[in-house]
Amino acid sequence: MLTYILQRLGLALVTIWAISVISFVIIQLPPGDFVDAYIANLSASGSMVSQQEAQALRQLYGLDQAVWVQYWKWISRVVQGDFGPSMEWGRPVTEVIGDRLWLTVVVSIAAILVTWGIALPIGIYSAVRQYSVADYGFTLIGFIGLAVPNFLLALVIMYFGFVLFDLNVGGLFSAEYQLAPWSWGKTLDLIRHLPLPAMILALSGTAQLIRIMRANLLDELRRPYVATARARGLAEWRVIVKYPVRAALNPFASTIGYLLPFVVSGSIVISVVLSLPTVGPVLLRALVAQDMFLAGAIVLLLGVLTVVGTFISDLILMWIDPRIRAGIHG
Amino acid sequence: MSTLVQPEIPFVSAAEDRIAAATQLELTWWRFRKHRLAVVSGIVVILFYLIVIFADFLAVTPPHSTDAARSYIPPQAVHWFDQDGSFKPHVYALKGRRDLRTFKLHYAPDPTDRRYLVWFAEGYTYRLFGIFETKTHIIGLDRGVPEDALFLLGTDQLGRDVWSRLMLATRTSLTIGLVGVGLSLFLGILLGGISGLYGGAIDTVIQRVIEILRSIPTIPLWLGLAAALPNTWSVTQVYIAITVIISLIGWTELARVVRGRFLALREEDFIMAAELAGASRLRIIFRHMVPSFLSHIIAAVSLALPAMIISETTLSFLGLGLRPPAISWGVLLQDAQNLQAIAIAPWLLLVAVPVVIVILACSFLGDGLRDAADP
Repeated sequence: MLTYILQRLGLALVTIWAISVISFVIIQLPPGDFVDAYIANLSASGSMVSQQEAQALRQLYGLDQAVWVQYWKWISRVVQGDFGPSMEWGRPVTEVIGDRLWLTVVVSIAAILVTWGIALPIGIYSAVRQYSVADYGFTLIGFIGLAVPNFLLALVIMYFGFVLFDLNVGGLFSAEYQLAPWSWGKTLDLIRHLPLPAMILALSGTAQLIRIMRANLLDELRRPYVATARARGLAEWRVIVKYPVRAALNPFASTIGYLLPFVVSGSIVISVVLSLPTVGPVLLRALVAQDMFLAGAIVLLLGVLTVVGTFISDLILMWIDPRIRAGIHG
Repeated sequence: MSTLVQPEIPFVSAAEDRIAAATQLELTWWRFRKHRLAVVSGIVVILFYLIVIFADFLAVTPPHSTDAARSYIPPQAVHWFDQDGSFKPHVYALKGRRDLRTFKLHYAPDPTDRRYLVWFAEGYTYRLFGIFETKTHIIGLDRGVPEDALFLLGTDQLGRDVWSRLMLATRTSLTIGLVGVGLSLFLGILLGGISGLYGGAIDTVIQRVIEILRSIPTIPLWLGLAAALPNTWSVTQVYIAITVIISLIGWTELARVVRGRFLALREEDFIMAAELAGASRLRIIFRHMVPSFLSHIIAAVSLALPAMIISETTLSFLGLGLRPPAISWGVLLQDAQNLQAIAIAPWLLLVAVPVVIVILACSFLGDGLRDAADP
């Protein structure tokens, strides 16, 4: 059991390291070093940077030294929570990102909860009533969810919200709470706005999950213990829910590992369409304006959060599946 | 292992004879034909690739020709029968009238000015298959140029014909998907094959790399890489770069499939037999192993295609993929990015329809192929 945890932890750390290298590469990709860009950016807005200041900045990030030294200087500052300045906003990156990171997390978690909430009952139903009309219907809806890119779904819903209900669906807060400090009312407002983006994000992940759940449950339903339970006269719903569903649930939890990166990716795109105050629109703007410290920080933070989420899901999986705890694979 | 259980068949009928002699691909094909939905989807996919080949022929107006006077014209109704009831498809020419209060241009069909549709009419000059210079397009009008009167799917803000642009966008998006899958397939077979064939430390390393790649959210990564492409690059350069970026991350699933097949086949009796017969390693791989999992590969490819298409569309939609003047589904959908645009011109969202159809068709086709390859 400990070996399993250590193994997952090791992989998570290696992944985080890989993500940090990729983020650093993304920061380095645009031509010229970032101080050049910084100076160009500042002079475009009218203010001047002295030669000394530029030299100081270069020294701070070791831009005159080897690439791995630069990486080391950057990453050691990042670990201390300093992601560098954002050129476009003229403020530290941490300030720009601020609440947006947590809102991204909230939206992603909500999307995963909705995915489970939809996939679990439908998966069970489709397995128990295999080849029924509803089974085919759900499969079809799932497929459409799979086939429609997130942003298209968001666009279409936005359009119909506008045409049919004269609603402007978008954002995570009502106008009066947009700039307000956090309060109970603002949280409630957030919860009211969450279902739509969560549903849009969930729909594309649900199809696969329904099919996994259905297939697993079908396997379990054919096992002799189900026949035994029936023979002993247990109520049908108990026969299904108490044993086979529990056994079929394990791979369900393990899918979070692939679901999470998927949902985080999707949240970036639909945030742009629905103008949600997550890191998505900021990342896009930063990349277009080549504000690389900001972009690199967002890529890094999203990657790390995804890895942490996956690691936590591994722990949960271990908790609910005794076979993994005992070190048995199968 | 299954050889022990197989009963002796005393009288072999002609049909069984055929099955016994059939290659793996033939068997897969026979099983595949039974999946109705998959066969229909396969036909749909083929039709779409015909559009790719004949995009210019199907377009009616030059896709880049702009005219502010034709801005945001809604899709036009085609009238199938003439006044006397004979079958003569035609459209009404549009008359623009400026509202003197709002200064907005309104278009009204003019029933007195009928333009009849003509098959194989002459239009703008293009090269069929990139070789033969021709002017023939699938339809045209009997009078005037189609730029002024034929708006099957309406026009966009700059007055460009959506139908013609959609045809060319289909070509770009579907070829990017195919080339991307090709690159992914190359990487997937190479790395998956090495992984499955050699096993041991190299397998562990490749598997870890795949796991790491799969646990990183792809969109931020793609965006980051795509944003670094210089603005000065030509359409072709960006096209190639975007394809490479997409396939750099897309190969993992294909590698997983290939590795799984290699691992499974390594233990098979016929591989052992080939080895004992003294066949070389390369011969075993290409003569014995690859044919037996070719159908799996085809299935994996057709399942990977939708992901590629979605990736390209999403990137271009966000403005970091293909950039105008390139025309792709994502670029077209970018015009419909905000509520104002789709409120004024909802028909711009029609571009989404072929996107969804192709992705669905590829998924069903891939599913059918997978079932057929692995009963």
